[in-house]
Amino acid sequence: MKYFGLIYAGLFRKKLRTSLTLASLIAAFTLLGLLQAVNSLFSGAADFLGASRLITQASTSFTSPLPMRLLPRIESVPGVAAVNHSQFFGGQYQEGRGFFPQFAVNPRRLRETYPEWVMDEDGWRRFISTNDGAIVGRNLAERYGWKLGDIVPLNSFIWTKAGGGRTWEWRVVGIFDGINEEWSERANLMYLNYAQFDEGRNPGARGLAGIFVVRIDDPDEAERIASAIDAKFQNSSDETKTQKESEFQLGFIRQLGDIGLIVNLITGAVFFSILFLTGVAMSQAVRERIPELAVLKCLGFTDRQVMLLVLAEAFLLCLLGALLGMLLASAATGVLPPEFPIRTDLRVWLIAAVSVVLLTLAVGLPPALTARRLKIVDALAGRHEQSPLERALHLLFRVGSRREAEAQA
Amino acid sequence: MSTFTQVREITLMNLRSIPERLAPSLVIVVGIAGVVGVLVALLSMSAGLGQTLGATGEPDQVVIARGGSQGELSSFLSIASMTLVKQDPAIARGADGLPLASGELIVITEVPRPGQDTGANVSLRGIEPVGVTLRPKFRLLEGRMFRPGVQELLVGSGAAQQFAGLAVGRSLRFRGSSWTVVGHFESGGAYDSELWTDRETAQGAFGRSGVSSILARLRDPADLKAMNERLRADPQLDVEAKSQDAYFAGQSGNLTATIGVLAGIVAVIMGFGAVFGALNTMYSAVSARTQEIGTLRAIGFGALPVVASVMAEALLLSVLGGLLGATVAYLAFNGYAVSTLGAGFTQVAFQFAVTPGLVLQGLLIALMIGFVGGLAPAWRAARLPVTAALRGG
Repeated sequence: MKYFGLIYAGLFRKKLRTSLTLASLIAAFTLLGLLQAVNSLFSGAADFLGASRLITQASTSFTSPLPMRLLPRIESVPGVAAVNHSQFFGGQYQEGRGFFPQFAVNPRRLRETYPEWVMDEDGWRRFISTNDGAIVGRNLAERYGWKLGDIVPLNSFIWTKAGGGRTWEWRVVGIFDGINEEWSERANLMYLNYAQFDEGRNPGARGLAGIFVVRIDDPDEAERIASAIDAKFQNSSDETKTQKESEFQLGFIRQLGDIGLIVNLITGAVFFSILFLTGVAMSQAVRERIPELAVLKCLGFTDRQVMLLVLAEAFLLCLLGALLGMLLASAATGVLPPEFPIRTDLRVWLIAAVSVVLLTLAVGLPPALTARRLKIVDALAGRHEQSPLERALHLLFRVGSRREAEAQA
Repeated sequence: MSTFTQVREITLMNLRSIPERLAPSLVIVVGIAGVVGVLVALLSMSAGLGQTLGATGEPDQVVIARGGSQGELSSFLSIASMTLVKQDPAIARGADGLPLASGELIVITEVPRPGQDTGANVSLRGIEPVGVTLRPKFRLLEGRMFRPGVQELLVGSGAAQQFAGLAVGRSLRFRGSSWTVVGHFESGGAYDSELWTDRETAQGAFGRSGVSSILARLRDPADLKAMNERLRADPQLDVEAKSQDAYFAGQSGNLTATIGVLAGIVAVIMGFGAVFGALNTMYSAVSARTQEIGTLRAIGFGALPVVASVMAEALLLSVLGGLLGATVAYLAFNGYAVSTLGAGFTQVAFQFAVTPGLVLQGLLIALMIGFVGGLAPAWRAARLPVTAALRGG
């Protein structure tokens, strides 16, 4: 630590160059933070769900609703604690400008399958006893300023009413919260009472449940219970596919395609550009200071110490850039509205930390080794070797121009 | 010497000295190549999707679906409505005197991608025999047509490539029964992402009584408006006809917008990084040439030629970078086949397309970065006091 002043002085010897390099590094790490935060969302989105719930869907597709008569048979599978049915409603609020998911469910069963949603006793009672009742998550209620008793008209692009209309009116009877911070952040949805939904829709569609949400007692039994449920309906016209809720959610995201690959390719391109840029800046800085480094060696610094000084300089530069860039990325994701749950979480910071170490080694090691090999006499006399990068480039270029000359001759 | 000759001479001299400053000069090239490469690659994705969806429709054909439905999936027509719609006078008739209209049923099925066990939504489309005639680009690539009444499937080329277990001869299970893949087809567009079978077979197997939509050829594309008025006026019907090419072309809008925003954010941030890199390079180029610039000014060269020479170097290097980035994007991504969730909530398979327009766009961005990165250093070069410069800054 006592050399910090020396490192700092070396780094800001040419203020302009260091500031510009630093600015590039900040831009690169801002982008890395943002991109990997998006990646985190897609890879770990469903982690918080745990394994205590299964989703039973039609094996053909979750968009084909399963009939209600499956419910008691799923309930009878040993190890099942509670079952609810859930139908995606596909409603649009304010002519499609507001989008949030709504599900038509059985209110009493919702409470049993999702103990993570908390609401006062009166709210639950009203939801159970109001046919056209709906409950909304706290975030959603705040976004649209809904209060108890408000009527919310939703235009469903899937479900037509028996009379032919598509606008359904729902009465807000409760506002729910999450049991902890993670769930509270996700309170962006709306549950509708299945009673009005089933009564109001086209007679041809009545009695269809949608998918089933199955809460189980022991998460370790998930695999067994899932296959027990599917076995019950095998070779029937309502074959089912049961999987953990987290896998079901992940399946949704995977539908979008290989986002992870695209994000990682961009990150790679950014990293490569920045590597080159910082590498050149570092080797320039060291080359200009070769006489100074020689003086340090004259004063008694060992080869190792000089090498570490240069390496530390590279590390400080990368660290500073990464820190500022990541803070920028965190600030940017912090101001996003709750429906974009992109956060620079621990995983992103870890990736940034690993990147700093790799970048330091890649850009710092070659000039550091040059500094170590430095012969005092040569350096003071102004005879110095080229950096490895420059040597490679010059070699490449000279070979190219020689060939050209030969071709001309 | 005229100003123009001065500019030319200094610029040439300057460019000839680039090899001596190779590494810093490459910083501009590599930095800008990164920005342009990423931008072009991202935008080639939406260009590819747009090309696929744009190639799907015929201008003289219409898709008829339930009024107000967002796509074929959320549309439903009873057999009675379908029969009624097909009799509309605007619809062309075939050699056999029957309307050239195919009532089609869409069911979403799940087929896994290779190496995954969660399924992706793939459309299963039940078509009438005339449905093939209504896709003029239809071509069997392998195997044979499905037979009506037997649970057989034709698989689109895009779907066959993107999803697992769709080779000819393989079988799939939907709703407790088994379906055999008997052939692969190509029709140049979004239909290539689908599985096709006979409509009535699909209706029976999936317990659906009606159809999702009707694809019909018009006698004259101009009849569409009159047809819609007739359909709307009929109290028995609640349907809407849309031109087929407009219907599919409109489906790429959402994804194109999303990719556009993403590409914009990435390009701006990366662009900042590249500008700082370019500034660094050009400042060090100017400082390396300080004495040279001082000498030139002392023997009578103006400030403008000095500025021009620095700018020319910055712009030349950035164009090189832009070309490099676009070339890498082209080699790595042009024709790269992917599939994603389309507007109909089912998969659309398409290929990335690096178009000349995108390359041009990339080069423009490269020039902008080069311009911004060269301006301040050029300004400094021009304002160097001659005496100080001659002494080496």
